[in-house]
Amino acid sequence: MSNYTAADFKKGQPRWCPGCGDHFFLASLHKAMAEIGVAPHDTAVISGIGCSSRLPHYMATYGMNTIHGRAAAIATGAKVANPKLSVWQVSGDGDGLAIGGNHFIHANRRNIDLKMILLNNRIYGLTKGQYSPTSPRGFVSKSSPYGTVEDPFRPAELCFGARGHFFARAVATDAPGTVDVLKEAYNHKGAAVCEILQNCVIFNNGTHDSVYTPTERKKNAIYVKHGQPLIFGENNEFGLVQEGFGLKIVKIGENGITEKDILVHDAHCQDNTLQLKLALMGDGDGFPIALGVIRDVEAPTYNDAVEAQIAEVKAAKKYHNFAELLETNDIWEVK
Amino acid sequence: MADTLEIKEREDVVVRFSGDSGDGMQLAGNIFSTVSATVGNSISTFPDYPADIRAPQGSLTGVSGFQVHIGAGQVFTPGDKCDVLVAMNAAALKTQYKYAKAGAAIIIDTDSFGKSDLEKAAFKTEDYLGEMGIDPDRVIACPISTMVKDCLADSGMDVKSILKCRNMFALGLVCWLFDRDLNIAFNYLKEKFAKKAGVAEANIKVIQAGYDYGHNTHSSVANVYRIESKTKVKGRYMDITGNKATAYGLIAAAEKAGLKLYLGSYPITPATDVLHELSKHKSLGVTTVQCEDEIAGCASAVGASFAGALAVTSTSGPGICLKSEAMNLAVIMELPLVVLDVQRGGPATGLPTKSEQTDLLQCLFGRNGESPMPVMAATSPTDCFDAAYDACKIALEHMTPVVLLTDAYIANGSGAFKLPNLAEYPAINPPYVPEEMKGTWTPYMRNAEGSRYWAVPGREGFQHILGGLEKDNKTGAISTDPENHDLMTRLRQEKIDKIQVPDVEVLGDKDNADLLIVGFGGTYGHLRAAMDEMRAAGKKVALAHFKYINPLPKNTAEVMKKYKKVVVAEQNMGQFASFLRMKVDNFVPYQFNQVKGQPFVVAELVEAFEEILKK
Repeated sequence: MSNYTAADFKKGQPRWCPGCGDHFFLASLHKAMAEIGVAPHDTAVISGIGCSSRLPHYMATYGMNTIHGRAAAIATGAKVANPKLSVWQVSGDGDGLAIGGNHFIHANRRNIDLKMILLNNRIYGLTKGQYSPTSPRGFVSKSSPYGTVEDPFRPAELCFGARGHFFARAVATDAPGTVDVLKEAYNHKGAAVCEILQNCVIFNNGTHDSVYTPTERKKNAIYVKHGQPLIFGENNEFGLVQEGFGLKIVKIGENGITEKDILVHDAHCQDNTLQLKLALMGDGDGFPIALGVIRDVEAPTYNDAVEAQIAEVKAAKKYHNFAELLETNDIWEVK
Repeated sequence: MADTLEIKEREDVVVRFSGDSGDGMQLAGNIFSTVSATVGNSISTFPDYPADIRAPQGSLTGVSGFQVHIGAGQVFTPGDKCDVLVAMNAAALKTQYKYAKAGAAIIIDTDSFGKSDLEKAAFKTEDYLGEMGIDPDRVIACPISTMVKDCLADSGMDVKSILKCRNMFALGLVCWLFDRDLNIAFNYLKEKFAKKAGVAEANIKVIQAGYDYGHNTHSSVANVYRIESKTKVKGRYMDITGNKATAYGLIAAAEKAGLKLYLGSYPITPATDVLHELSKHKSLGVTTVQCEDEIAGCASAVGASFAGALAVTSTSGPGICLKSEAMNLAVIMELPLVVLDVQRGGPATGLPTKSEQTDLLQCLFGRNGESPMPVMAATSPTDCFDAAYDACKIALEHMTPVVLLTDAYIANGSGAFKLPNLAEYPAINPPYVPEEMKGTWTPYMRNAEGSRYWAVPGREGFQHILGGLEKDNKTGAISTDPENHDLMTRLRQEKIDKIQVPDVEVLGDKDNADLLIVGFGGTYGHLRAAMDEMRAAGKKVALAHFKYINPLPKNTAEVMKKYKKVVVAEQNMGQFASFLRMKVDNFVPYQFNQVKGQPFVVAELVEAFEEILKK
């Protein structure tokens, strides 16, 4: 049982626009941290720059609201230097995937134990509405008045491409779904990317409308859970099956399909092929958007390996302080 | 620092080529001698043939060596031990390593260190370097045979003939290391093989390939420069390069402060050796992270500092460009951080293996906003130890990033280092937030020195948020209040201004000098030698050499104004001179500026300074 309540993690009055998805996410983060039960003074929340990166100011933990794009790199140093800290890195889609893209992929590749929150509203909000690396092709914004002529990143692809071991997705307004994903991310040892679909009411209102309310999610989302069949629909009437190189939607009860025929979600599968297919669904392809923990595979973490190597070398070497280090050199004496 | 230093500027380099009798070591050695003699070096050579002329290939008894001693001054012997050992096979390494100085660079053809080669040379394991106790950092391990085969693949020569050119590859590499003019070697070969144009051409091609390999891999040798103290103090000594001394200084400071040493870095010539050195010492708990880029190197160090480590990032000029943003973050968050800049030739990629002092103004001012940062510059290879220790002490006690400037010349140069006794070094006491401030403490409260307190995560009751946005001086909350920003800007500046640094010492004719020489950092040895030479010739000359640049020593203006003529000599276009002019009213010094990527030449300094005296 945790000794904490959400109030123990709360601080200050958020300055986000009324209705901003960040408010919802913040409340879920407070709740998740309370349920996780790590003390606020053993927790560090580190963000970059952008609307969502204001978040650490509303946490009663240790934290930093740093510089644009560098949150993952800064959090990496904090975690390696002080591995006992529970380190959460918060970025938006611009911070995390544009200016900070390099740090995002390398944190995943290294598998450092960071909880990497990506608040994705597909827009630059703080600079008042330019397209972001997750804005869809053709997106009209202040910096693309005739529509963008470039394709967006899909965060899961980047994470998987960087050999990420954990990827989950939640909708900011879906508190239980978000809290669940955050707790799972905490329980995963290693880099854990949580893509949070979050609405910008001012500059990109409605970008996640298809999944932003419970009703819409019933229609357009699928909650994936390890070990459970991939079933969705307003009446749980649909399921996913494998067909050829891809997935296919089937209706349970039709053409002899029963629940037993439905693909069972395996978040722990090393091979990420099907997990990636799940993660990429819902891009206007007729498939539902997958929510929940899509990939969660155990692997050695960077910070553990760093500590283990230090311990190993300490045991193997005969010098352990500066004076002893000096003695490992060729020394002569002037008399 | 008041030591009289003796600089041996490539004055005395011994290279030993060794390999099988048939490997052509004597030819390689002879060409190297010729090339060196042509540029005015004196030479002495020593061929060392095996007793057994027909010893089997690759065997211990079949090794032949050829030692070349080149010197700027008179050279009377082939040298006792070598600075560079070329070992073309395992047997050569086994038998010839005893002729190498401690710290000598070893060039090996890794293609001749296969299993059977090692057996023939009586190695017990495949870890031949470990068996001989050779530090891999000193080894330039190159697949010479493979590269020579590739190089001459289209020559139409048979493999046996091609492999006879391996010696020329090694020669090319040595020529790179010592900046030799290849054209001299080419002409030698054209004459020698006047009747075999194909052979000359092949050899020339391979020499060039060896030279290019050195260039491409930024190969360099430590110990090319020796900077020795002439005043020998009793005690125990070791040989140390500037980069190693820097690493040792950081380790010592971390131990003294009782902190974990964290290095966030990205490989870059000529700073990488610091990353290599620190990565070795995990048994002292040193944590090194080779990051994805320079930015992350510095950013991760800022994170490590926040989390309570002694955080360091190491680089050279191009890396400083990229780190500036995170350095600035450390300025506004007021977190300790040591930024090591081993300066090289610029701008942009510039001259990666060469030495300059051209990053001074970048480090002082190259950040957005008002961003005061202490800057100091080590004066010799061994001084890198004290300078690194001091940089850590200032960073930790004043909660600020500090730039430590060294340069390629002192970083790769070496000297005899008197083993320091850490107990004699000053304590390092970071301003940790006192427990009794719990409940009332806010992040920007300051101690008497104007430093923010350090509240390391994990301490209950001191949770706080730092960041790149301006903060309210009282509450620590984000603030755009005009008065507060003005106040915070001044507080950050005052904090740096209050750092106590020792007065700059005036050496030489400090009371009646007709000329004061002023310099900073790695040029100390040369400027000192120039002053000594002029004084020996009866001139009245003094030297004020700076190690602390920001803040400047308190007596700076007084010293600068005391002498009729002052010359600021530096390896840039006048960066320190302009900084001094900014800080000292009505100060217009003479300038001596040289940006050649090479250390000063004492004779040129003397000539220039004498001209100024005549004015």
